[in-house]
Amino acid sequence: MVEAQEDFIQERETIIIKGNVAAAYAAKSARVQVISAYPITPQTTVVEKLSEFVDNGEMPGTEYIKVESEHTVMASIIGASTAGTRTFTATSGQGLFYMYEMVHWAAGARLPIVTTIASRAPAPPWNIWADFTDVISCRDTGWMISFAANHQEIYDDVLMSYKISEDYDILLPKFVAYGGFTLSHTSKPVTIEDQDAVDNFLPPLPDERGWPHIFLDPERPMMHGNLIMPSGFYNEFRLKIHHTMLLAKDKIKEVAKEFESTFGRHYGNGLIQEYKMNDADVAIINYGELAMQMEQAVDDLREEGYKVGCVKLRYFRPFPVEDIINVARKVKVLGVADRATAFGSPTGGPVSCEVKSALYNSGVSTQILPIIMGLGGREVTLEQQKNQLKILINLNETGEFPKDMIDGTFWDGLLEVE
Amino acid sequence: MVSIKEALETYQEEFFLAGNSTCAGCGLEIALRWAMKALGPNTSLVTPASCLNVVVGLWPKTAPNFPFMNMAFAAGAAAATGVSAAFKAKAYRFPGKVWEKMTTLVFAGDGGTTDIGIQGLSGAAERNSNIIYCCYDNEAYMNTGIQRSSSTPHGAVTTTTTLGKERYKKNLPRIMASHEIPYVATCSVSEPLDLFEKFKKAKSIEGCKYIHVLASCPPGWGIPSEDSVEIPRLAVKTGSWILYEVENGVITLSKKSKPLLDPSKRAPLIDYLSRQKRFSKISEKDLIELQERLDLQWVKISSEIKCQENLS
Repeated sequence: MVEAQEDFIQERETIIIKGNVAAAYAAKSARVQVISAYPITPQTTVVEKLSEFVDNGEMPGTEYIKVESEHTVMASIIGASTAGTRTFTATSGQGLFYMYEMVHWAAGARLPIVTTIASRAPAPPWNIWADFTDVISCRDTGWMISFAANHQEIYDDVLMSYKISEDYDILLPKFVAYGGFTLSHTSKPVTIEDQDAVDNFLPPLPDERGWPHIFLDPERPMMHGNLIMPSGFYNEFRLKIHHTMLLAKDKIKEVAKEFESTFGRHYGNGLIQEYKMNDADVAIINYGELAMQMEQAVDDLREEGYKVGCVKLRYFRPFPVEDIINVARKVKVLGVADRATAFGSPTGGPVSCEVKSALYNSGVSTQILPIIMGLGGREVTLEQQKNQLKILINLNETGEFPKDMIDGTFWDGLLEVE
Repeated sequence: MVSIKEALETYQEEFFLAGNSTCAGCGLEIALRWAMKALGPNTSLVTPASCLNVVVGLWPKTAPNFPFMNMAFAAGAAAATGVSAAFKAKAYRFPGKVWEKMTTLVFAGDGGTTDIGIQGLSGAAERNSNIIYCCYDNEAYMNTGIQRSSSTPHGAVTTTTTLGKERYKKNLPRIMASHEIPYVATCSVSEPLDLFEKFKKAKSIEGCKYIHVLASCPPGWGIPSEDSVEIPRLAVKTGSWILYEVENGVITLSKKSKPLLDPSKRAPLIDYLSRQKRFSKISEKDLIELQERLDLQWVKISSEIKCQENLS
């Protein structure tokens, strides 16, 4: 261990780094006080980089706990956050599943914990590649869930996450998910912001008193989480979490706006980011890195004269119901592409289910085409995405669905099976 | 060692208050009350799922008047590790304040320690997290209605070992000592001053401290509540529960157990077992075998101590 560099100050710089390293830089920029970590592919290089930062004295005062499992990761982070510190961890797939019990606990305790997920497909069979089923399985935990679609957005969204989560009206934990390997292990230029600018953007670190609702302080002894009878306020505590999720939509939009005016990078309205939607006849919703590639597909088809657009879904929880209705209103046919599964649900894809549910009784009768693709890291090519748009155009013009639909959903890129 | 009169006079402040909902004669209550007297107000407690979650009182009532955090079953040592790290991070930002003086304590039952919590506890010990981990061992899952744990002794009847447990009690203090942590101690609720001193010592040591307390449970053991001190005292007198400390790898027998190195000083095991309904199904053959196993344990501990003496 080297001595902490009290005067270490990050200056604004643009460097070519992996997505995981961008997540680590964001935690450093946010001056997190306690990190707890356990290695899992494809997240591991996040915590490796943080270890390097701490050992080099670039994160003075930060406690880095190297634990023996993901369950312990989240439990220790809950302990550290309860005691009134800003915390960070990162995980993937199986690791997230292993910490699942504590994931519920963090939200129930209303702790503003930020965690990055390099998303990875669930086993068996073993698969370590991109698939958002891991983070989407946390749908009902009370965590806010967002997707980063590129390397810069990983860094930016982690910073925005602390500002949203730590807001006293919110106080809910948050996941920032991005594709394992597709973003975690590829490199792109990322601008790391000036430390002073980040300090000014983020709320100050919690003071000695910790969070307003939860603290471990001998001067103010308090009991946390003891048994509550069915006649107690349990229902009301749950309603508050739901209510806060709804409130968070405005907060997310506000923070995205403030982020843009501070750092100059635009993320739509915070909840969704539209691309060439104004005159589009058909459009497609994506999340994660495939939303970026879809913009290229839209450009290519526009050159061929088709009026197509796309939407990047930034948030899964809270789900941007109103924005999705507005998007659907703009087009005649809307594709919803999932890189995740929701077995036995109406569409088989988690986000397409949400979209259909959002539109019910909205008065919008836009045709929805659920698409599932790229599970377990299977490549989704630009040509494939252009073809998806063409399917939507054809559906709009002729009313014809693709031939090989499976129970109302288009599973794109399946291997031929006898 | 302080006298009981001295301890009660000097440490009058109570941290686990009257009005808690422990059963009459609860061993856990004695253990926590005396542990907190030793540790004092700058202590933050984490408790995983156990009787302690319930007996502190139903929300919004609460008996402990110190910071107290309930935790999931497997996560006692883990959460405490985080709390302890946060206190250190706070001490960095706010030097000279209470944060650098905080003690982080885990109070967990034998299920939460020897079964579901052992991975997290082993992790905390290996990385030497600055916590005191106390297992109050009533030798079964008493909170869920007396099911066997890996700390339930051979022969004990529980609701999941209706004929008496076949396997043997896991020796967790020795497993903890194998982690090379600075301090391991065993206590019994029948010896509150010994417990008091051991918690005081643990508080003064940096790193991971493990204290294992034999804590009687009248309904679980099938004993009258007025016997809840007498029975664990018999556990000590028969040598069935050995009081000792392991400091940096060196074992020392405590005052009440040391004379028992002489086998003639040990009361027969039957004196301890026969007073508890849970051992009602033990056979004569079992009893002989248990006494032999116990005697062997003493032979081992005796040779370990001799070996240490020869080295020093």
